[in-house]
Amino acid sequence: MNRSTMAPPTMAPWPLVMLAAPLLPFAAQDGAALFLPQLPLAPALFALSVAAILARRLPGSALGEALLLLAGVIAAYAAPLILLNQGYALAQAGGLWLYLAGGTLLLWRVLALLAGFTGPVRLAGPALFGLALVLLWEILTRGFQVPSILLPPPSAVLTAFAANAADLWDDFRQTVLVSVLRGYLMGCGAGFLVAILADRLPFLARGLLPLGNLASAVPVVGIAPIMVMWFGFDWQSKAAVIVVMTFFPMLINSLAGLQSAERIQLDLMRSYAAGHWRTLAMLRLPCALPFLFNGLKINSTLALIGAIVAEFFGTPVVGMGFRISTQVARMNLDVVWATIAVAALTGSLLYGALALAERHVTAWHPSFRKR
Amino acid sequence: MTTRTALPVAVPVAVMAVAVLALWYAGAIWLNAPTAADALNRAGQGWTTADLIRATLAMKRPILPTPDQVALDLYNSLTGYPVTSIRNLLYHTGVTAGAALAGFAMGVVLGVALAAGIVQARTLESSLMPWVIASQTVPILAIAPMIVVILGNLGFTGLLPKAIIAMYLCFFPITIGMVKGLRSADPLTLDLMRTYSAGTAQTFRLLRLPASLPYLFTSLKIAVAASVVGAIVAELPTGGQAGLGARLLSGSYYGQTVQIWSALVMAALLGVTLVAAVGLAERALVPGGRGGAR
Repeated sequence: MNRSTMAPPTMAPWPLVMLAAPLLPFAAQDGAALFLPQLPLAPALFALSVAAILARRLPGSALGEALLLLAGVIAAYAAPLILLNQGYALAQAGGLWLYLAGGTLLLWRVLALLAGFTGPVRLAGPALFGLALVLLWEILTRGFQVPSILLPPPSAVLTAFAANAADLWDDFRQTVLVSVLRGYLMGCGAGFLVAILADRLPFLARGLLPLGNLASAVPVVGIAPIMVMWFGFDWQSKAAVIVVMTFFPMLINSLAGLQSAERIQLDLMRSYAAGHWRTLAMLRLPCALPFLFNGLKINSTLALIGAIVAEFFGTPVVGMGFRISTQVARMNLDVVWATIAVAALTGSLLYGALALAERHVTAWHPSFRKR
Repeated sequence: MTTRTALPVAVPVAVMAVAVLALWYAGAIWLNAPTAADALNRAGQGWTTADLIRATLAMKRPILPTPDQVALDLYNSLTGYPVTSIRNLLYHTGVTAGAALAGFAMGVVLGVALAAGIVQARTLESSLMPWVIASQTVPILAIAPMIVVILGNLGFTGLLPKAIIAMYLCFFPITIGMVKGLRSADPLTLDLMRTYSAGTAQTFRLLRLPASLPYLFTSLKIAVAASVVGAIVAELPTGGQAGLGARLLSGSYYGQTVQIWSALVMAALLGVTLVAAVGLAERALVPGGRGGAR
């Protein structure tokens, strides 16, 4: 990318599609189409968005421009929400949807401006993107009156979340704090220890690696019913599934990591007369850390999936998989989505925590260098 | 791996395979012993250890079937019925493979499109990439029953819901691998393209895409295995009448352990076959054969 970053790139005119919005109906009430001037508050919001676009050069800095345009975007997203809460119907409101589309294109521009920054401002980009997605989901599902059996709006999911907080917490404790954590620690620990052993005995490594590659091509999740049969309905069966799922990724990554020390470093250790275990502890394990973290990160999502799938095959009457399968059968999709939100949040936090730990422990690694 | 000894690779693999089989038989004897002992006691005659071992290896509904029981069940299922029969495992494998491959194809399109967008537009990179990663923390298998319910309400049944779940699992490794691959073009060559005043599209087609192929195929192997997992899990909640996942579920409901293990072996074979097919395509398409891109 050799684009000169001296002058801010000119803005594409697409957000201005919203100027056509006043020409089309903006909302409907009792079957009668209403236009922009006939509505409360909406004209002011619309004027704010247009003014933000026209005055974007006034602040004179990229950050100021981004904030000003963001005000316009917020107005465009607020208008449909306010109208919905006042009881207007929006399914036929072509003008409003044009306005929202213009607002979304404007958000694109804001994200492009934010992408040019470094530091904490950069993090605002993905956060805004996610927030906009959730708001769009809310506006579209309510505006077009999508039946909640298909896709409940986020507000309904939040309500279900609050109403079922106790159940969701019990599920979380059973699935994550009991099954996933124990299985994850056992599986990753076993994979790592066997890797250390296989590293000492090359014969073992050469026999295990093809098995590991085979295991990565096999749908290991399929053993869930067998494990439930062997270990019963409680956490032991979930942990067993997770151990089998996480063992080979950890083994392969650990083995690759232990091979990753450079020849010249190994020679140095040899010239200091360091033995096998000493070399392992002081050179090869630190070198393997990025690979170990890679394995741990892959396994964090695998472990969640393994536990939830195993719960489809039998649980004590608590757990995320149990909750999902029973509530789908009862058509309570808002509870299902709330459970999914918990699972997604758990997965993101696990992954994020591992990524942070990796950044602290392996700060020396080239992949963390500033480009 | 540096091979210091002159042993061919097959030797340690064969030793491991024999060890696994021996473990399997030992496990079968150990796990089946209590039930077998009960049955022999009920029979009323005295029995020896040899009788017990023989009984554990030939049970009607073992806790853990022996390899030869599974092999026999597979053989009977594959040869005893026509391929279109619901009792033939090949039929179920075909159903699962169809869903997996449809999802895989959709996942390749989506993954490559996302990667191209991320590489070409900085805005996309900074705002979309974190969400691509976050999308994978949603346990899709948890959504599987819901997607099936939703699409069933819309009148879509059969292959499409399963393919969508397989696609969701597939697109992520492809996106990540392709982003890395499309950026792997040598800076010198990129400068050369500029010198020839090639446009963005031309640079993409002539340089970035060929450079990304080794990375693409590495991701494709992961993705195709993931698509099989997706298809099988999607068959669990559908209450699907056909497919390996349905066989697993019905086997688990009716305690038919041999049926579960046969379905598992078939699933493993399907996964290995598809990965091997991608490997063959790689040898055919990528200059220099097996790219060692990671």
